[in-house]
Amino acid sequence: MKVLRDLLFPSLAVLCAFLAGAVIVALVGDSPIETYRLLLGSAFSWPDGIGYTLFFATPLIFTGLAVAVALRGGLLNIGAEGQLYVAAFATAWIGITFANLPAVVLVPLCCVAAIVAGAVWGAIPGVLKARFGSHEVINTIMLNFVAVALVGYLTQYHYRIPGDPIMETAPVGSGAHIPRLGAFIPGLPARIPLNIAFLLALLSSWLVYVLLWKTKWGYEIRATGQNPAAAEYGGVSVRREVVLTMAISGALAGMVGINEVLGYRYRYYDGFSDNYGFTGIAVALLGRNHPFGVVVAALLFAVLQRGGVPVDAFTQLVSKDIVLILQALVILFVAAEAAFRRGGRRRGAEG
Amino acid sequence: MKLELRGITKRFGAVLANDHLDITIPPGTIHAIVGENGAGKSTAMRIAYGFYTADSGEILVDGQARQIRAPRDAIALGIGMVHQHFMLVRPMTVTENIVLGAEPGSAMSLDLRKAAAGIRALSEEFRLAVDPDAVVEDLSVGQQQRVELLKALYRRAALLILDEPTAVLTPQEVDEFFAILRRMRGQGKTVIIITHKLSEVLAISDNVTVMRDGRVVGEVKTSETDAAALARLMVGRDVLLRVDKPAARPGATVLAVRDLSITASASAASRQLRRDRRRLDGVSFEVRAGEIVGVAGIEGNGQTELIEALAGLLPGSEVSGSISVGGRDIRALDARRRREAGIAHVPEDRHRRGLLLEFSLRENAILGVHYRAPAVSGPGGVLLDQAAIQRRADLVIREFDVRPPNASLPARALSGGNQQKLIIGREFELPPTLLLIAQPTRGVDIGAIEFIHRKIVALRDAGCAVLLVSAELEEVTALADRLLVLHNGRVAGEVDPSRATHEEIGLLMTGGRA
Amino acid sequence: MRSILTLSLVFSTIRLATPLVWAAIGGLYSERSGVINIALEGLMLAGAFTAAAVTFYTHSPWAGVGAAMLAAAFFALLLAVVCIRFKANEVVAGTGINILFLGLPAVLSGALFLSSGSTPQIPQDELLPTLSQVVRIGPQWRVLTDVSIVSFLALLVVGLTSYVLHWTPFGLRLRSVGENPEAADAAGIRVNRIRYAGVVLSGVLAGVGGAYLSIGQSSLFTRNMTAGRGFIALAALIFGKWRPVQTMLACVLFGFADALTIQMQGVVKLPSGEDVPVQFIQMIPYVVTIVVLAGFIGQSRAPGALGVPYDKES
Repeated sequence: MKVLRDLLFPSLAVLCAFLAGAVIVALVGDSPIETYRLLLGSAFSWPDGIGYTLFFATPLIFTGLAVAVALRGGLLNIGAEGQLYVAAFATAWIGITFANLPAVVLVPLCCVAAIVAGAVWGAIPGVLKARFGSHEVINTIMLNFVAVALVGYLTQYHYRIPGDPIMETAPVGSGAHIPRLGAFIPGLPARIPLNIAFLLALLSSWLVYVLLWKTKWGYEIRATGQNPAAAEYGGVSVRREVVLTMAISGALAGMVGINEVLGYRYRYYDGFSDNYGFTGIAVALLGRNHPFGVVVAALLFAVLQRGGVPVDAFTQLVSKDIVLILQALVILFVAAEAAFRRGGRRRGAEG
Repeated sequence: MKLELRGITKRFGAVLANDHLDITIPPGTIHAIVGENGAGKSTAMRIAYGFYTADSGEILVDGQARQIRAPRDAIALGIGMVHQHFMLVRPMTVTENIVLGAEPGSAMSLDLRKAAAGIRALSEEFRLAVDPDAVVEDLSVGQQQRVELLKALYRRAALLILDEPTAVLTPQEVDEFFAILRRMRGQGKTVIIITHKLSEVLAISDNVTVMRDGRVVGEVKTSETDAAALARLMVGRDVLLRVDKPAARPGATVLAVRDLSITASASAASRQLRRDRRRLDGVSFEVRAGEIVGVAGIEGNGQTELIEALAGLLPGSEVSGSISVGGRDIRALDARRRREAGIAHVPEDRHRRGLLLEFSLRENAILGVHYRAPAVSGPGGVLLDQAAIQRRADLVIREFDVRPPNASLPARALSGGNQQKLIIGREFELPPTLLLIAQPTRGVDIGAIEFIHRKIVALRDAGCAVLLVSAELEEVTALADRLLVLHNGRVAGEVDPSRATHEEIGLLMTGGRA
Repeated sequence: MRSILTLSLVFSTIRLATPLVWAAIGGLYSERSGVINIALEGLMLAGAFTAAAVTFYTHSPWAGVGAAMLAAAFFALLLAVVCIRFKANEVVAGTGINILFLGLPAVLSGALFLSSGSTPQIPQDELLPTLSQVVRIGPQWRVLTDVSIVSFLALLVVGLTSYVLHWTPFGLRLRSVGENPEAADAAGIRVNRIRYAGVVLSGVLAGVGGAYLSIGQSSLFTRNMTAGRGFIALAALIFGKWRPVQTMLACVLFGFADALTIQMQGVVKLPSGEDVPVQFIQMIPYVVTIVVLAGFIGQSRAPGALGVPYDKES
């Protein structure tokens, strides 16, 4: 019964969001049917449709996991965007600075850089909350702006190839490249950027599941998110959990850098993120903050993102921002239906 | 005003709180509604006041059926209610609280002076002294209760419903309170008092309605009944009003507290009192193995802080003095290490501190021991051992009669009594050398109360040292071998609970001398 | 240094603080009634876009402001329904509204103006006027009244809010609902109705703040032109302890920091003689917000029931 509800309500939310989105498209003056056909239809062709969809899903799985873990710990991480930018730059920095190392050393080193950088940028609002009680929502958003500015500065003034008009860094060493899945799957050309970071994303999802439900650390994170006073009573340091949860969340968001820098562009490209951090919020909520649900929700949003390109190109009036609107509607509907999910009525006042 | 409830039925999920209730309140009387926790008395009155809507049945006011869908409907009919937990807006003044909802003046401008004048008049008429300009946060509990009464009177209530009004009063304040009630009756008002304290029912009421399991099981004139008869009606069988307890055989000192002082504010009750003073002031006592030391006192006098400090839940900077367990100073130990040292803690607020309501019983059964064997196993002691956890949960559920006995249920699905049994089972199975237990039977039905009391005594007899805090005088005098009384953060006195009278204890609770 | 501290700094501060004041005071109505409003950013964007679009078509800034108020009120009502009727997590729902306005203005401007997110430029005489253009003032006062009328009105709104909160029944009820909704209900007050009013009011005021950004301070709407101001306004509200005058002063402080950084650009130099990279200057308002929030939140006492949906039967 619970599984049915776990599937039914998110599906209902998606349906309602699509309906409301159709109304908006109609108001704007385009055909909802045509728009949705473009939006959903291009994701399933082979190799481009599926290849690109899975590629787009990779960062969304990471940010979705990031937000989901934070929510399990009782925190709302809106800072995934900043965390992934900082991490992507750090990844590129290691890849450039140590360009001459062999892949067997450089790749793990770059991955560690992504994870650590993301963890640090996520831990900052965690520490601010634990130490000063300031709300992580405002702080993570502020840090998003700071991250973008910081990374932009470093790219523009220190790591750009002189004379290159594009805001991007020099390329990383060839040892930092990770293979594309086209190397293993027949029929999948190498030009499609789907790479082994996708498999890493799936692995991460499983690891998050194990962490949250099979380890004592996950128990403590979930307990703190559910009821900090009871967690404290049970001997858990709530402050430590807040910082730890935000660090793990930031680390997960940071892994987007692995996909982007090591598997796709082989450099840091300023502004590469297509709102991955914010989409992660919708992904986590739709996936009911469960790592496996996150994967499914990420795939859905990847389908939409893939569909955004033809929508932009082939419709008269609607642009690919309709995808953002659909995400927002999903968030609102999921948030609203959470009320129905909140168990049966509690006992009335005793007596 | 005559109030009648006919056929009132109310269900909360799986619980039938009111089952075809018929209650008649004659006008101009003081009418008591009694029953044990969970009988449905508060629910019925909250329906009369419009906080809840009955699933079926009707309410008649002076013979006429009335729709009461929200408190404003009840207020318009002349029904007022003072709740068990005061409904006051703490940062606002007395005047603002009293006129809220019936503000004099116009929509553009509040006329607070007119309000204050009206309040002073009422205050004199009923001899309920308050300062209209005081901020509610700064008032004592007794003063806050007066504000609550004035609120109802300001709205011209002809019938007042009072829910457990004496829970926060000392015996002396109770007498003053009864005088106020008699004055109101003299003015022609009808008063309904919900309580489970039979002695008070016999002292003040004209009639009594007894409820059990959501039904009315008796309506009697107070003059024609006694405590034993009422108790029998409340429970449905003969009730042992005293716990059968073998004599204690105390051993070595387990807990020694010297000069303990606390400035932290750990409970809403103590925050209701003034903010800047010491919650605990130079408290010293000992608890030996195999004895139960009880702590009596009105809530808000330092009990919550005492237990939380001993459990390691208060910031160290706000606690001074020495605490030693088994001869060892534990001040530097955090909550986790204290539990490892054998100190178990059954908290007074089980929903806030004691349980993770959305988690299963299984996961709740290991709260506090979840990070070490046997809950974890494998390399590094990181992975949870699901089989061992299930075994522990099953043990607790079986030994402590937790119902329904399904470890996969979320804790919120259990009744208050079963939740409490789960917590007690979890803590008793540590097993502890020192048990800190506060308000063990608050909101628990009587079957579970007897069970819990027996378990506490059994733990004592197994050699554990027990520190028991309870606001229920009857409970703490029945269970404790020695009794301390706290007032204003100090130990006002120590008495022998088998010999001291409630009057003596009440005097200590207010700071007088025995 | 002298070249920085000029009268233009004062005007700059007023200009930059104005949208913050409108948004923050709007947020005050919502939060004092107990509903967290994270969506100030989105509501400002709603106001900014609507004002620019409507003013472009009607050539009247007043129509633009009016429409902005209505549009933002509509979305605030949507937020209110999700949070009050459906008892959703208020922070999540507010985030949804914010994300909605990352995309909705772009789609609408794509449809109306065939642009990728901006509205067309509006001629100077159709923008919101300064005070001196509206009120006849003698020449010696001109320089003081060169502020936008919206800034002047902001001051009035702060004063009005102070009065409403403490001297009207609505204000009393609003405060009670935010502190202890059960007590308010017990006193016969319609808790949720008041909360709806508070949230919708926050939309109306935040909408004006947004309108000022597009047709008062600038002459068109660009994508995400609020750049986090809605969150800074929220921080100002917290810093100002949810009180009108103190919140306004907090907004002035943030506006001053912002104005200072703009003045510094090109003036303050690194020891080497080069300009400070623009990105560092861009960072300053956000870092200031973080620091202020960390330093002062401990002393702030939020409305007692903030963030807790009112559910009578639980």
